Amino acid sequence: MAETTYVEAIRTGIWEEMERDESVFVMGEDVGIYGGAFKVTKGMVEHFGERRVVDTPLSESAIVGAGTGAAINGLRPILEMQFADFMACGFDQITNFAAKCRYRWGQAIPMVIRAPAGGNIHGGPFHSQNVEMPYVHTPGLKVVQPATSYDAKGLIKASIRDNDPVIFLEHKYLYRSVKEDLPDTDFTVPLGKSRIQRDGSDISIITYGWMVHVALEAAERLAENGISIEVLDLRTLMPLDRESILRTAKKTSKIILLHEDTLTGGLGGELAGIIAEHAFDYLDGPLVRIAAPDTPVPFSEPLEKAFLPSTDEVVNKAQWLYRF
Amino acid sequence: MSAPAVAELRLAVDRELCESCLYYMLLMRELEERIELKLYRQGKIQGGCYTGRGQEAIPVGSALHSRPGDWLTPSHRDMAALLIRGIEPREILAQYMGRATGLTHGRDGNMHMGCARRHCVPIISSIGASIPVAGGLAFAMQYRGEDNVVFNYTGDGASSRGDWHEGLNMAAVMNLPIVYLCNNNLYAYSTPLDKQMKIHDIADRVSAYGIPSEIVDGNDVLAIYGASERAVAHVRSGNGPYFIECKTFRMSGHSAHDPADYVPEELRAQWLRKDPILSLQKRMVEEFGADEQVFVDTRKKVLEEIDEAVNWALAQPYPDPATVEDNVYESI
Repeated sequence: MAETTYVEAIRTGIWEEMERDESVFVMGEDVGIYGGAFKVTKGMVEHFGERRVVDTPLSESAIVGAGTGAAINGLRPILEMQFADFMACGFDQITNFAAKCRYRWGQAIPMVIRAPAGGNIHGGPFHSQNVEMPYVHTPGLKVVQPATSYDAKGLIKASIRDNDPVIFLEHKYLYRSVKEDLPDTDFTVPLGKSRIQRDGSDISIITYGWMVHVALEAAERLAENGISIEVLDLRTLMPLDRESILRTAKKTSKIILLHEDTLTGGLGGELAGIIAEHAFDYLDGPLVRIAAPDTPVPFSEPLEKAFLPSTDEVVNKAQWLYRF
Repeated sequence: MSAPAVAELRLAVDRELCESCLYYMLLMRELEERIELKLYRQGKIQGGCYTGRGQEAIPVGSALHSRPGDWLTPSHRDMAALLIRGIEPREILAQYMGRATGLTHGRDGNMHMGCARRHCVPIISSIGASIPVAGGLAFAMQYRGEDNVVFNYTGDGASSRGDWHEGLNMAAVMNLPIVYLCNNNLYAYSTPLDKQMKIHDIADRVSAYGIPSEIVDGNDVLAIYGASERAVAHVRSGNGPYFIECKTFRMSGHSAHDPADYVPEELRAQWLRKDPILSLQKRMVEEFGADEQVFVDTRKKVLEEIDEAVNWALAQPYPDPATVEDNVYESI
């Protein structure tokens, strides 16, 4: 398949699964004739019809509740939240019901909740947040965030085929800023498996989402100074690929935990905990967290730039850690 | 021998229906009383007890219309709906006792129970959340072109939640096959209706969503049976959702730990006179010529069934602590 953007990758992934399995359907706000706020579902209603591409009222909680009910009764819903921020309106349905069905009564909920997340688009406090952690912290949910077109397609397909509820976070800055050639085969990317995006020996950067690209840029610049960076892209945030996290930690002995989400309560703390518990003896320096400050996501360009972790920041902290 | 007249046949059908209603209402009443007034006090129950004493007519009059392909989302005051779907008293008792063979295998307690095989969704404790879920169950029926329906049960308190409004509106817009049974029992825990809403009838809210509704005496099982029959016919024919508001009263507190002393004595006395089981028995005698011996026999049968179920449940094992992490995911 020719150069495929991240948004096209998600679209074709969903498309192929809908062709493959009659029980898969799409539901959400403006997903029909409009094709979704970010055009992920563009062309689907024309091809699959209104029965399988369902426009709903502006009711996130009802969308999630209805998706869960449909999953109980044999379907495989893909729900679109217009922005990840508004998933909060369906939080009760997601965390108190959908996530607990298997544990409470052995009922599988094969459902994907897709949500455009992240900043760098001047979206401000309501349209730029990284909301993964409340869901990572809810047993019963799986949480995924692809960084590349290949992973976007492979992970959405795997999420649709999975028999547990999956929160599928799409980075909206990546929708049209990354592209790559994709194989024509029917490939999936397994949930719970990370990927080494760059092999290195001095420092490991463990990250996900857009920050994978920031880490790769930083690694490129650091290589010019003779510092070799390994970049581990988590891809799935719950369940974490603990084995690969520990493997890279033991390999380089110096670790940066990088995420776009705010610092306190962010995934970096959990990753630091895992490494400190299981690879403490291998560390040659402090665990370094790079994250957004503990504030809402600001709107205006200079403020948002100051808020988001940058390549410069990663380069500076990596140089400091290298010399440690 | 000549065939019986139509009127006689009708009477026989009605009498049989009454007996069936009586059986399930008594089974729910006696089972809940055994749980709350005996086993709970003896310390044999884990956690709290929430009963539907005085509201038995609502699950019975409606769920008797359900077919195997239908789905039900009962509330915590609708135990009879589970019984009608074939869930056995012993499974319910093992559930209340936190045993491994209870409906949730000790993962959840008391009325938070259901069964996928019998198409009963366990209660979602965030009241009102079952309304959108019913929408999804119904959506799947519509998606496959089935004529099955969903029976959704909530109370007056649920109508204060956003989920209730979102879910009803969506069901109306999508023309989903759902029969809503609302038990308006005048109290949400301790909060009386006039502190929940400025109106008297929940049905007024429903009309705003374009859903047809009717209001019935929630303590009259035959009235509920009739209303449900109309509702099911409407819904099964593809006409979209239908809402039944049942005016009733909680004859006990919100739960076993609540003496409900916030309820005025006069109001309580007025409703106690309308006990749905006694009302049904009275009608059976007056209108259908029932012999009171039927009541004695039914009660005896119910109590024997419960004794047996209690003994079974008490002998059941507790869940193995080693299973605490099982069944969070299909696989990781």
